[in-house]
Amino acid sequence: MTLALELVGIGKSFTMHLQGGIRLSVVADVTFAVSRGECVVLAGPSGVGKSSLLKMIFGSYRCDRGRILVQRGAQQIDVAAADPRRILALRRDTIGYVSQFLRAVPRVAAIDVVAEPLVAGGTPRDLARREGAELLRRLNIAGSLWGLPPATFSGGEQQRVNIARGFLPNFPILLLDEPTASLDARNCEVVVELIAERKRRGAAIVAIVHDEAVRDRIADDVIDMTRFAAAA
Amino acid sequence: MMASDDAPLLIAEGLTKWYGRQLGCRDVSFSLHAGEVIAVVGESGSGKSTLLQLLSAQIEASAGRVLYRMRDGATRDLASLGEAERRLLARTDWGYVHQDATLGLRMAVSAGANVGERLMAVGERHYGRIRGAALGWLDRVEIDRRRIDDSPRTYSGGMRQRLQIARNLVTAPRLIFMDEPTGGLDVSVQARLLDLLRGLVADLELSVVVVTHDLAVARMLSHRMIVMKGGQMVETGLTDQVLDDPCEAYTQLLVASILPP
Repeated sequence: MTLALELVGIGKSFTMHLQGGIRLSVVADVTFAVSRGECVVLAGPSGVGKSSLLKMIFGSYRCDRGRILVQRGAQQIDVAAADPRRILALRRDTIGYVSQFLRAVPRVAAIDVVAEPLVAGGTPRDLARREGAELLRRLNIAGSLWGLPPATFSGGEQQRVNIARGFLPNFPILLLDEPTASLDARNCEVVVELIAERKRRGAAIVAIVHDEAVRDRIADDVIDMTRFAAAA
Repeated sequence: MMASDDAPLLIAEGLTKWYGRQLGCRDVSFSLHAGEVIAVVGESGSGKSTLLQLLSAQIEASAGRVLYRMRDGATRDLASLGEAERRLLARTDWGYVHQDATLGLRMAVSAGANVGERLMAVGERHYGRIRGAALGWLDRVEIDRRRIDDSPRTYSGGMRQRLQIARNLVTAPRLIFMDEPTGGLDVSVQARLLDLLRGLVADLELSVVVVTHDLAVARMLSHRMIVMKGGQMVETGLTDQVLDDPCEAYTQLLVASILPP
């Protein structure tokens, strides 16, 4: 099995300067690895640092300690130490991230929100839109909505646009933060299928999923995040 | 977005500006690559406008220097350029988008002449081609072609700002400086302008230094951010990193002060 992602001794705390400089420990000494074609689910109660850890892998949060080793082709890149340009490059071709909430840009149509990561990676816009449309159709987003900005969509619709955007490029690493939280059973099923397809194509996936039925179907490994709770 | 050529387009080294005993900015260093958008944020008086003027060679640094990779590939210290070279750079390879469009436009001539003028400055003399380019750019910035012969005085604030952008981009510059490009516009006009800028920056692979006090604008447009306070750089990093995981007390205060809609 080829490793796609490896976390070694990751530690993180927040210093809240506006609250008298108190330090909130988030996680300590997080160590695990994810192979190609494998889905690892992070488990544990709210506040245990699951979302923070995904953000650290994506480079949105900084790490205090440790290494986040990402395989990009033949190269290995440590996200925890990489300069901004390298992290941006990883986001263009290696790491996809489906956040909990869609950050909608005003005026941009849903179809372009979905196609954008592909276009940024060099795919012609027409082709990216066609592929995006196919995925939106699969996720049961009505064609009449594709040309509209998602800001006014329902929570479930926004989440499906977000999922389509994250799944459209065929990235080797996929980070999923509660992708099925606001979906009905039918759409949940589509997401489970998409995850299975991605695994077959060799993607390494790190997911946060509270629904136990979904978790049991997608997880190859479950990591109990309470193991990494920082000593206060 | 990333150029195959890995040398930075612009390098600021220890940039410092004193106005007499008053500090403009102190010891600012960073580099900007092709296709990168960097936002400089901070409150009034933080030194962000001084920094923009230093970078665009409008004022002289008290210490430090700005290096720029010219179109021929040679990286030059801006202070070593002659006045003519510097003017040519500003007219061709750079753009400057002012908050107040009347500073970036010539209000007494038509919209078409505003766009065409920059082409003529680089030697284009063929009227048909100039007019064709002007029409093409009006389309691109979503201004009705029929308004080409009107003076920008008759334009709305949002249209003037879009015309200013067209005027800047007609010479295919590689680097654009923007000073509060959406300041003073209505929210809906601002959204349209931001959307347009985002598209142009990505399509044309422009490098941009944008000064703004609006963190939402920085979030939408930029890859990286520099936070300034009291003339100094207090924090820098990826835009989402600085906004989602601010480390410095001042950045945390800025981020915590955003009003949710």
